[in-house]
Amino acid sequence: MSRPSDYVDAGARPQQERPDDDIVQPKLGFTGTLRFIWRQLTSMRTALMLLLLLAIAAVPGSLVPQRSSDPNGVIQYFDDNPDLAPVLDSIQMFDVYGSVWFSSIYLLLFISLIGCVVPRTKHHFQAMRSRPPRTPARLQRLAAHTEITLEGGNAGSAIESAHALLKKSGYRTELYQGRNGDVSVSAERGYLRETGNLVFHSALVGMLLTVAIGGGLGYAGQRVIVEGQTFVNTLLDYNSFNPGRFYNPDDLAPYSLSLDNFDVTYEQKNLDAYGQPIDFTAHVTTRLPNGDTEERAIKVNDPLRFEGTDVFLLGNGYAPKVTVRDPDGTVVWTDSVPFLPQDGNLTSLGVIKIPDGLEEQIGMIGFLYPTAYELETGAYTSTYPDLVFPVLTLNVYSGDLGINDGAPKSVYELNVDDMTQLTGGETGVDSIELMPGQSQELPGGRGSITFENANPDAAASADENATTADFSGSVARFASFDVHRDPTQGWVLTFAILILGGLLTSLFIPRRRVWIKATDNVDGTVRVEYAGLARGEDPGLGEAVDAIAYRHGTALGLQR
Amino acid sequence: MDLNELSVLSLWSAMAMYMLAFIAFALDLARRSADVTAAANQLAAAGAHHNASLSSSLETAEVGRASGRPVTTLTRTDTDAPQVQARQSPVLRVALALTVLGFLLHLTAVVTRGVAAGRVPWANMYEFGLTGTLLIIAVYLVVLLRIDLRFLGTFITGLVLVLLGIAAVDFYVEIVPLPPALQSAWLVIHVFVASAGTAFFALGFALAVLQLVQHRREVGGADLSGLKLKFLATLPTAERLENLAYRTNIVGFILWTFTLMAGAIWAERAWGRYWGWDTKEVWTFIIWVIYAGYIHARATRGWRGSRSAWLAIIGFVAVMFNFSVVNLFFKGLHAYSGL
Ligand code: HEM
Repeated sequence: MSRPSDYVDAGARPQQERPDDDIVQPKLGFTGTLRFIWRQLTSMRTALMLLLLLAIAAVPGSLVPQRSSDPNGVIQYFDDNPDLAPVLDSIQMFDVYGSVWFSSIYLLLFISLIGCVVPRTKHHFQAMRSRPPRTPARLQRLAAHTEITLEGGNAGSAIESAHALLKKSGYRTELYQGRNGDVSVSAERGYLRETGNLVFHSALVGMLLTVAIGGGLGYAGQRVIVEGQTFVNTLLDYNSFNPGRFYNPDDLAPYSLSLDNFDVTYEQKNLDAYGQPIDFTAHVTTRLPNGDTEERAIKVNDPLRFEGTDVFLLGNGYAPKVTVRDPDGTVVWTDSVPFLPQDGNLTSLGVIKIPDGLEEQIGMIGFLYPTAYELETGAYTSTYPDLVFPVLTLNVYSGDLGINDGAPKSVYELNVDDMTQLTGGETGVDSIELMPGQSQELPGGRGSITFENANPDAAASADENATTADFSGSVARFASFDVHRDPTQGWVLTFAILILGGLLTSLFIPRRRVWIKATDNVDGTVRVEYAGLARGEDPGLGEAVDAIAYRHGTALGLQR
Repeated sequence: MDLNELSVLSLWSAMAMYMLAFIAFALDLARRSADVTAAANQLAAAGAHHNASLSSSLETAEVGRASGRPVTTLTRTDTDAPQVQARQSPVLRVALALTVLGFLLHLTAVVTRGVAAGRVPWANMYEFGLTGTLLIIAVYLVVLLRIDLRFLGTFITGLVLVLLGIAAVDFYVEIVPLPPALQSAWLVIHVFVASAGTAFFALGFALAVLQLVQHRREVGGADLSGLKLKFLATLPTAERLENLAYRTNIVGFILWTFTLMAGAIWAERAWGRYWGWDTKEVWTFIIWVIYAGYIHARATRGWRGSRSAWLAIIGFVAVMFNFSVVNLFFKGLHAYSGL
């Protein structure tokens, strides 16, 4: 089988069969050393060690946050463990799966794998073309052995029918004439077992290569879209964009995508889950340069596959629309600002920055409570995620927003180091507090701010006697999308199927040799022997040999 | 009483049955030990000099008689036969009947939970515990039809009892609808296959543990007698246990491979990438690699036998760790414990 020399079944081989056994001697020479290293690397023991090492090396990545999957967690970790974190960072603990040590383990493993699979494949091709081996002289030595004695008939015809039977059962067969006048058929089956094993291991290599290359050919980008807005698939329009090494952003498919509306359904019957979202649907319209438009829906678990890209719905929340006017009443700023949800009832946090148009730059940190409820402390909380009683509170700062030097700043963060707080906290001035449609003066006569109602019709049509106004739809929602392109996904799936198929074949197809030998006895009876030899794991061997004996007996006309 | 209350009631009844079954299985083991002692005394009384552990029973069987054409017989040596043949035992039959009864009640609990929730009953840790343990029992009972593993009854019912106890007491949650992230056909496939894989690994684990103990007894002889593990003499040899463990574990491994792939496909649909080294993904991968190591160990000279058994044990410990600690305490995208 040309398996590594420390393969369990290799023990039967005589030592002389390995011509390079002398390499254990002290003087190896250069090529000798290389040969020695190569043989060590492609041995079963090394493969096993590398596998176990791989398992161990994968553990730390689950204990410490990883930059790839949890970048904020890493920042948090640095804050929480200022002494430990740099040490861990120096040994790539925050990038375990791309680290030098993790990569070396799996690269070595795969080199070992290739070094193991190539000679085995060659060998397997030869084995498939060679004839089943000569029948052993003494079959009764084998573990699976049965014999019967026939009254009448002759050895030749018994073997003829045995031959036919084995052929029909999918065995490769060969007839042999023994020295003692016996005739026998030697049969082998289950070559697919080794084929499956080789397919499995080769597909692992294929999978690794595809994943390695695939990462470089595509890209991933993120974009937040507020209801009513349109996203154009160009580099500039992404909030963040991570191209693969070989990806050229000029190749972005030209299309645009509008978020028409974003529907959320909340559980209202089951009190154990009251307010739990049970459906998110983003209704979008796609547009191609030729003018084709189409309305589509994107859900969690149900992405939009469009123009070679996949668009996934990841997050959502509220994007209150705010307008700021200068003291003369001229609009200096108006926009819908995505606020990030902080809890299940969508208490949301957002930042508003007014760089121009007012005397001084203004920054605001705001909380939106979709269904506001005042706690005894006077603070608000949200008690339900939908817009029943929405309140927006804002703390106002004036000074330098720190965005003039052109360096990109997160739109979700406000650096207040160079700013003066004007409302809330210890200023003694009440925070700005607005419901949709309401306006308020900014402190110090700086102008005014309005919380726009996105759906004034609902409010207007509400019954005047109703205890609360209808605020449904008063604040637009936003959805965040991941746009991906990975042209190698089909290959990944293909290799996955080959891996699974190879595995099933190699673990469940038994490979075995079977011999049937017939000898004419002097008294005119015929002795027929059946024997089997497992090659690899084969729990059913004994049964199989018995079954063959039984069927052969039946074919010869035995009655039972 | 609504359906969910019925489910909870059936669950506790099932646990009661398993408890009784556990006791009966344990009694059976005690009886086996007694049998072994009796056999040893008999041997001593007969003045037999040969060591019982050397006896490999030689069985002769009539293979067939053809009318008119007499056929001679075959002989086969069964090296795997246990050293002492256990007697038929009524308590074992009772234990089995109780297990089956427990299984039926357990099945009722799972089905009613699913009907009450209007979806598959494996969407949070409580339900996953319920269904996973049901599969452990189901796999055990199905395997029993082909191979006599009744000696594993104490282990299987004991394990299931502990897991169910934890699930019912610590993980119980009321029925809530599926959050959008879990509304997928892949939930049905991925999680179910993972539970099935776990069930096979559990069986493989039990066999591997017994294999180790049996091996100790076979090589070390008497030093285990103090542990009252005499019943081991009525169990299959370490080699046979190893083969059984291997066969169970490779079925588990294939299911696990499928779990990994189905998970990747689901991750692609849900999060846009099929693999992202999320904690749960990491642990599923680690488990897969450990069992790949186990399969390799079986084919590596010097590693067959006890060393490979240890890998099977480590693998199952990792499976349990993945289900409990990783779910509850590790941060990641797979937040589905429902707690
Ligand atoms: C990425 C690393 C590897 C993985 C995940 C892996 C996994 C597996 C699995 C699951 C099996 C059992 C199924 C089958 O027979 O096809 C297996 C068998 C086998 N592997 Fe690997 N393998 C790896 C690397 C290697 C290497 C480097 C070698 C050579 C030194 C090797 C040699 C073998 C052999 C000879 C068998 C047959 C075992 C038997 O007869 O039971 N494998 N491997």
